[in-house]
Amino acid sequence: MKFPMASPTSEPTAVPGSAALPDAAVVADACLIASHRLSEWVSNAPTMEEDVALGNIALDLLGQARGLLSHLGDEDRLAYFRDAAEFRNPTICELPNGDFGHTVLRSWFIDAWLERVWCAWLDAGDEVVRGVAEKAIKENAYHRRHSSSWVIRLGDGTDESHRRMVDALDALWPYVGEIAVAGWIDTVEPVLAEAALPVPELPADGREVGSLGRHTEYLGALLAESQSLARQFPGATW
Amino acid sequence: MQLWEVFLRPRNGMHHQHVGSLHAVDAEMALENARDVFTRRGEAASIWVVPSAAIVASDPADKDELFEPAMDKIYRHPTFYEVPDGVANL
Repeated sequence: MKFPMASPTSEPTAVPGSAALPDAAVVADACLIASHRLSEWVSNAPTMEEDVALGNIALDLLGQARGLLSHLGDEDRLAYFRDAAEFRNPTICELPNGDFGHTVLRSWFIDAWLERVWCAWLDAGDEVVRGVAEKAIKENAYHRRHSSSWVIRLGDGTDESHRRMVDALDALWPYVGEIAVAGWIDTVEPVLAEAALPVPELPADGREVGSLGRHTEYLGALLAESQSLARQFPGATW
Repeated sequence: MQLWEVFLRPRNGMHHQHVGSLHAVDAEMALENARDVFTRRGEAASIWVVPSAAIVASDPADKDELFEPAMDKIYRHPTFYEVPDGVANL
């Protein structure tokens, strides 16, 4: 299986809430980039317990990325030696962490998207893809539990935590068009409601379209860090 | 944040054993944190979390009256007894 490169000619259809189910390359990159963002919290989380929790989730996502990338090609080459325009993750995955509330809200949106993906892939014809989904679906159930409970706790928490969650929602919502597959909003909406957060109209699509290789300025900086060792010392082992 | 004590049961048929403590604001977070901090290597089939404030502890100053009297009662150990010849299934 060859890693499918982004095709600049195919534009997404702009019907809110009906983004296409992603292919394996998009999901592989989404898991890889989301994992890296969460790993940036290690040693910086609000509590030691949360530090371990975010690290665990980052490792789950990395495992999912590896399962798919190694199926699509040489996982190291794909992870370390592609440039930003060759990555196909939805742009929401690459946005900076912001504060803790911003991070858990972004995780909640991505986790809800991945749930639709893994469920759909339980019937995949490709045995490896199906296998990754079967393993990931249990991990994802815990990720959703973790991120949604924090969204509710902070959204319906103190005045300060609520204010920060509203800011996070304002910042992230323009990017959810890319991941708002059928059923996504039905998963997300009750949690936002319980968190006393508004549910804005779904945008038609993203500001950028990661699956076409069009990314925000943040992906380049992320890759510069995550790829630096492999590029400086090609073939390094430890 | 409140302090919680964590108990894990490794397998069916075993009992829960204390493994440590952690911080959490509510019971739900305590369970999640316990899962993340103490079960990373497949240690548990079940988790209990208990607010540390709910634990009633013995006073270290009482150790003589509580525990000292047991020290010279060697007949409470099974090794005190000699097994007579011919007793099966011991």
